[in-house]
Amino acid sequence: MLLYTLKRLLYVTPVAIGVSIVCFLLIHITPGDPLSAILPSDAPLELQMQMRAAYGFDKPLWMQYALWFWKVLHGDLGTSIATGRPVAAEVLRAVGNTLILATVATLIGFTLGTFFGFVAGYFRDSWLDKLASALSVLGVSVPHYWLGMVMVIIFSAQLGWLPPTGAGPGGSGNWRPDPEHLRYIILPALTMSVIPMGVISRTVRALVADILDQEFVQALRAKGLGEYGVFRHVVTNAAPTALAVMGLQLGYLLGGSILIETVFSWPGTGFLLNAAIFQRDLPLLQGTILVLAMFFVALNLAVDVVQTALDPRIERA
Amino acid sequence: MSAVEASGVAPERDRGGPAQPLLSVKGLVKHFGGRRDWSGQRRGMVRAVDGVDLEIFKGETLGIVGESGCGKSTTARLVMQIIRPDRGEILFDGEAVGSPALGLRDYRREVQMVFQDSYASLNPRLTVEHTVAFGPWVHGEGRQAAVARAHDLLQRVGLAPERFAGRYPHELSGGQRQRVNIARALALQPRLLILDEAVSALDKSVEAQVLNLLLDLKAEFGLTYMFISHDLNVVRFMSDRVMVMYLGKAVEVGPSDVILKSPRHPYTAALLASMPSMDPDNRTREAPLFGDPPNPIDPPPGCRFHTRCKFAAPVCSAREPGLGAEAAHRVACHLADPSSGHPGAVAA
Amino acid sequence: MAVLSDIRIDAVAPLPARASRGYWGSVLRRLMRDPVAMVAAGVILAIVLAAVFAPFVAPGDPYKGAMLRRLRPIGDALYWLGSDELGRDMLTRLIYGGRLSLFMGVLPVACAFVIGSTLGVFAGYVGGWVNMVVMRVIDVFYAFPSVLLAIALSGALGAGITNAVVSLTIVFIPPITRVAESVTTQIRTRDYVEAAQVSGAGAFTIIRVHVLGNVLGPIFVYATSLISVSMILASGLSFLGLGSKPPEPEWGLMLNTLRTAIYVQPAVAALPGAMIFITSISFNLLSDGLRSAMEVRS
Repeated sequence: MLLYTLKRLLYVTPVAIGVSIVCFLLIHITPGDPLSAILPSDAPLELQMQMRAAYGFDKPLWMQYALWFWKVLHGDLGTSIATGRPVAAEVLRAVGNTLILATVATLIGFTLGTFFGFVAGYFRDSWLDKLASALSVLGVSVPHYWLGMVMVIIFSAQLGWLPPTGAGPGGSGNWRPDPEHLRYIILPALTMSVIPMGVISRTVRALVADILDQEFVQALRAKGLGEYGVFRHVVTNAAPTALAVMGLQLGYLLGGSILIETVFSWPGTGFLLNAAIFQRDLPLLQGTILVLAMFFVALNLAVDVVQTALDPRIERA
Repeated sequence: MSAVEASGVAPERDRGGPAQPLLSVKGLVKHFGGRRDWSGQRRGMVRAVDGVDLEIFKGETLGIVGESGCGKSTTARLVMQIIRPDRGEILFDGEAVGSPALGLRDYRREVQMVFQDSYASLNPRLTVEHTVAFGPWVHGEGRQAAVARAHDLLQRVGLAPERFAGRYPHELSGGQRQRVNIARALALQPRLLILDEAVSALDKSVEAQVLNLLLDLKAEFGLTYMFISHDLNVVRFMSDRVMVMYLGKAVEVGPSDVILKSPRHPYTAALLASMPSMDPDNRTREAPLFGDPPNPIDPPPGCRFHTRCKFAAPVCSAREPGLGAEAAHRVACHLADPSSGHPGAVAA
Repeated sequence: MAVLSDIRIDAVAPLPARASRGYWGSVLRRLMRDPVAMVAAGVILAIVLAAVFAPFVAPGDPYKGAMLRRLRPIGDALYWLGSDELGRDMLTRLIYGGRLSLFMGVLPVACAFVIGSTLGVFAGYVGGWVNMVVMRVIDVFYAFPSVLLAIALSGALGAGITNAVVSLTIVFIPPITRVAESVTTQIRTRDYVEAAQVSGAGAFTIIRVHVLGNVLGPIFVYATSLISVSMILASGLSFLGLGSKPPEPEWGLMLNTLRTAIYVQPAVAALPGAMIFITSISFNLLSDGLRSAMEVRS
């Protein structure tokens, strides 16, 4: 197990380095002078020269990458142009909020998704299946930012039950699990959960249908195993993959939260990205993306390892 | 009438005359996989073919038999140059394959293969005539001419072109598909045809038809066959000579009626005895082979068969018996070699 | 985003040996017997036709606004689907919006299909270390969640339709390449490919005659399943201000500019998103139907 983990870690490292290279190059694909990407245009000349030296824009590309990478390893993700604060601090603050939102959304999505998927898979081709499958297709096809807007329209504007934006009363910067903040997370989390719900539901349906189709299930039934026993059996067989998909969905939500966070003004990394784009604040953009991407890579690795641990049949080279 | 004259092959294609074997293989070795250990040596490899010599004479059919894993299919693929041998030489009518005198592309016009799985050997998106015409077309024949040749061949394998040429593989039965495969193999006018379990997947009645077709074609075109099978009855029917393989090596080679009536290698005898008997007076009694087939990654030392052999003696695990030279019926067994030191070996 | 992680790569298989005469003919026939897929196809056709013939179909001018007639509700005498925040007719803007939205949704997938298939088939056929290198590079891009990658590229390149299309194309190349490589690798070991090699044909000929015909089908079906994702992403980019710019009619952009109107005319504000939804779900259902039609149950 440990060996497998180490092997996967080794496999993932070049990918992680590749990811960092892509993030590094983001600044260099923007039109114009890279310096303008990291400093406001009216910065004093000496600061410009300082920055030029520090980032090494006059040096060859690979050296610039090395310099940048060195700084990143030391936790220095640059300084935000707009706020002047270190990017790392901003990202760290925001990541917590996004993590909470994404986790809650994933859990809701997973619960609903497995339920629908099971129903659909068990009662295959019946009206229940059609209904559950329809719901999952909906989940996968709906533009979630639009759904968010619709939710706000219904529950905030029309009914006034839930607040439309923000993570807490008075636009508080962080969400805390206390009764005051609870109302704020409901709409964004529900909206966000629709995607994992759709994906997990489809996956589970396929898994359940697959397992039930296999001959050994019929053999079990012929031996007299009751429905509950078959059910448990299906669960144990489907669980590893379903959990893996859930883990991956969490990763997608973490990385793709920007749209929902924009709609609900949720103070997370997505919102940060939005601000960064609008203010052409490239260090912030680059830093946030790097952190999120690395999170995703680490999460994929974790899912991989856990899945192999749970499912002894998977033999990886 | 010499074999060359009897064969319909244009004499100008024949190089060495009837005495020269059409195919001569020496010391063929192929190992798969394995990892290098600390000393740099490769370990844990599958020794699929481990030093095989064989010869096929012009106009004959050499049957190759053995259980799964003995290396017969790998041998076929090595001869066909689908995979490259690690060691060994392959001579076709005296010329080394891959040498300037016989490049790979030319070799492809001399040797062709019919595969076992008739479904998987045909591109589901091509019609039958296009599948057969593909080879000639690749070698420079115009599309029209290639298709015309394909039609001609389909006729000869018993598939009327008017009915079959435009069909797709899934519209044909197993036997019909195999006929298409044969037609395709013949389209390049090879002199040697390798049949790798070509009839194993067919129903018995269809199998008989295809075998008879193969015999007719052999006479008509003057072909030479390498016929690989695990079915001893079929091999007996088709072959002039037989080679028995075990774990990557040849253990017995000789005329088919001799080997299959009076085998001299214990493995061959066991194979024959394990065939269910149709004769009520001569029932198959005990399972003649005991033990599990060893795995080709770690073959037993000495004679590879000794772990399952009734006649095993100490010398069998110490030294590997050679196949012996020149004689028409060669055996790799210490029992047959009077100088081996095996207690049961009979003096010549 | 959603569907990209949903499609199990191993579930995309090359055509089974039971391909039928006029293979696509029979697939089409099976598809036509699927009511859900046919309705979806009909909807898409309607939207596409409306977008193409917009000048003839739409009642008004998509750019002309009348500030006095802003935010009229649905069912208004002049503006059947209401008017937007600048007084422009919603029905007209929605019809014209189909042009840009469809364009930005379909073009990236089409480009990625071409590029990704080429890369994937090449890597799959050649195998060995070439395959490894190509797939590892692809892995790097795959390591980003798609939304994030789209935004990163768009954000760096700057707003605009071209940049958005370029970013999305790059986002979709990795999954298509993966599928192409996987299917090609499976085909490559088939006996008939071996037989073709035995016939002495060169690699390009074999790929052209034997591989492509069997491989492009599944890749194409997979690509169609990406269209709905692409539409949502493209509109999403516009929603964030990274795609099309005002005053162009485009559904995502319209959602953005109408956001403030949700308290005044919520139904009107939600309309563009409904269009995205309808189009996206139709593409999904059609793609699902196509996949079912191609599956031969033995």
